Amino acid sequence: MTMDQVGSPAELAGLLDRHGYLCDEGLATACFLALRMGRPLFLEGEAGVGKTELAKTLGRALGAPLIRLQCYEGLDASQALYDWDFPRQLLHLRAAEAAGVSDVSRLEGELYDRRFLLARPLLQALETSPSVLLVDELDRADDEFEAFLLEVLSDFTITVPELGTIRAERPPVVVVTSNRTREVHDALKRRCLYHWLEHPSYDREVAIIRRRLPDAAERLAGQVARAAQRMRETDLLKPPGVAESLDWTEALVALGVRDLDPGTAAVTLGAVLKYREDQQRVLGGDGAAGLAALLGGG
Amino acid sequence: MDRDVIETMVGFARTVRAAGGAADPERVQAMLTALDHLDVLDPHDVYWAGRLTLCADPDDLARYDRCFAAYFSGETPRPGRRRPPVVVRRIPMAEPGGRGGGEESRELEAATASGVEVLRDRDVARLGAAERAEVARLIALLDAGAERRRSRRFAPAPTGRLDPARTVRETLRRGGETSLLRHRSHRTRPRRVVLVVDVSGSMSPYADALLRFAHAAARSGGRDVEVFSAGTRLTRLTRELRHRDPDAAMAAASAAIPDWSGGTRLGEELKEFLDRFGQRGLARGAVVVIASDGWERGDAGLLGEQMARLHRLAHRVVWANPHKARPGYEPLTAGMAAALPHVDDFTSGHSLAALEELARLVAGAGKGRAHA
Repeated sequence: MTMDQVGSPAELAGLLDRHGYLCDEGLATACFLALRMGRPLFLEGEAGVGKTELAKTLGRALGAPLIRLQCYEGLDASQALYDWDFPRQLLHLRAAEAAGVSDVSRLEGELYDRRFLLARPLLQALETSPSVLLVDELDRADDEFEAFLLEVLSDFTITVPELGTIRAERPPVVVVTSNRTREVHDALKRRCLYHWLEHPSYDREVAIIRRRLPDAAERLAGQVARAAQRMRETDLLKPPGVAESLDWTEALVALGVRDLDPGTAAVTLGAVLKYREDQQRVLGGDGAAGLAALLGGG
Repeated sequence: MDRDVIETMVGFARTVRAAGGAADPERVQAMLTALDHLDVLDPHDVYWAGRLTLCADPDDLARYDRCFAAYFSGETPRPGRRRPPVVVRRIPMAEPGGRGGGEESRELEAATASGVEVLRDRDVARLGAAERAEVARLIALLDAGAERRRSRRFAPAPTGRLDPARTVRETLRRGGETSLLRHRSHRTRPRRVVLVVDVSGSMSPYADALLRFAHAAARSGGRDVEVFSAGTRLTRLTRELRHRDPDAAMAAASAAIPDWSGGTRLGEELKEFLDRFGQRGLARGAVVVIASDGWERGDAGLLGEQMARLHRLAHRVVWANPHKARPGYEPLTAGMAAALPHVDDFTSGHSLAALEELARLVAGAGKGRAHA
């Protein structure tokens, strides 16, 4: 299915569902509007709630390649947009010299040909149609980059001085994620649809685990999801996200576990809790009482 | 779209804006466009069309929900808030061009110049209104930029690593003859500064001056400065203090702080700060300033634990306690005693001179004297 054929948020939710991503009404509406309005989707939420996964699934569902721009401090235009392939340009120059080309201006023109241009993620996304562009962890890039990105996302055109303007035939579907380590500029947010992604409900989490890991028994998925929900209510440094629930279930499936008991949970706890303090807190004073409480009950 | 629908929706957006939401005209336009693609008669669709376009922050969501419930059930939410004890008064700033002044302003300037030295060491809690305004003006002029760190980015430099791109470009310009090597080196950037200002009752004589200091830091450090107020609740003031004008910034900040002159639960506040912002990266590698007297009503053990956590994340932790300047002060309160082992610099911040010292500490001068 292409993006124009998606008629409603519910239809899009169904499409994502078929590609292994279960989303709720809000996220489905957000994605649907991002497609329809041609606006970037700005996603925030705790680590591990499925922000990046959504972009990947959108790509698969729409039959469009996913182009990912991982942001980091110091990211600049030549790493995000394009760069000239200098070694190849030099080679071309040498070859032309050896062949005895004397027309200097023509040679110069050839050096700045499209084939010597290395497309970095943003240019790739503009040139690939359709495509899904994931701008991951924008808050890690510095604010100069943010201003630059705003320009690209407003016009969906890129000007290469030596070549001219490159325009997207149709704008890519853009998903921007942020972990809120820094306030992203309001001007950029204004361009986007804003969605705050919550941890899923118990039922949805069970369904997500079952969907992603069909080998996991229904009972096991339920136990993991319940434990994860309770851990989120406990005061932890890093409450587990869906990503951690999936990791944990995968570890348990790999060990051939069908029923989660405190002993098994204790030895696999590192798959779901990544801080020593958190593990100690969950284990409780004598080592397993806390876990039994976490797993017990209906 | 139906005219009534547009009117209803614009009215709703106005309600959100009145409650402090980010519903500017561009966002309202986006909301109407979003509704074009959805079902206007379905409350869920209306809810999401507004939420996805009018909100910009997780803090906006609860307010949005309140406005939505109130507006579509026919009630109007009323914003009501206590007046905070912040000096919000227009302070005459010297015009750069010296226009509209004349005799009078020159006289004023002369008077100020002689007064500054006297004011510098006075405790801000014991100032009269005029002196207070003068100190506020001087705080606004402080340069409280942070110390610098090496950035991942490169800049052209006369020596350093080879810059392949610029060298080859140069070579191409010379027709393929490599004759000049270009170099580059890492740029430096200011570190992020995070200020946590205690606005509880015992700190109220100093809260105004310290928040003004935070504003001066925000102006010197641009987008790499984050400000929070702590008391019984943690409030992020970064956006409010972004106003250029100090008085407008103070007015916005004071309106945003819900817990003026309440108690102190610094341990819990700090924990909230670390959970929500610090651990994700806000405190990582930053210079963190905590301005508080350490009169902890809550659990001092928790405060110590959180300070240890903060110290592991931050590049440097500076604690400014206005009471430190009092003769015979000893950090004997449980909170202060629990926090001190995890502090790099311990300073006072009670007067203009002390704030200048704080600015120097933030800039990385005279590091690590807490235990000297």
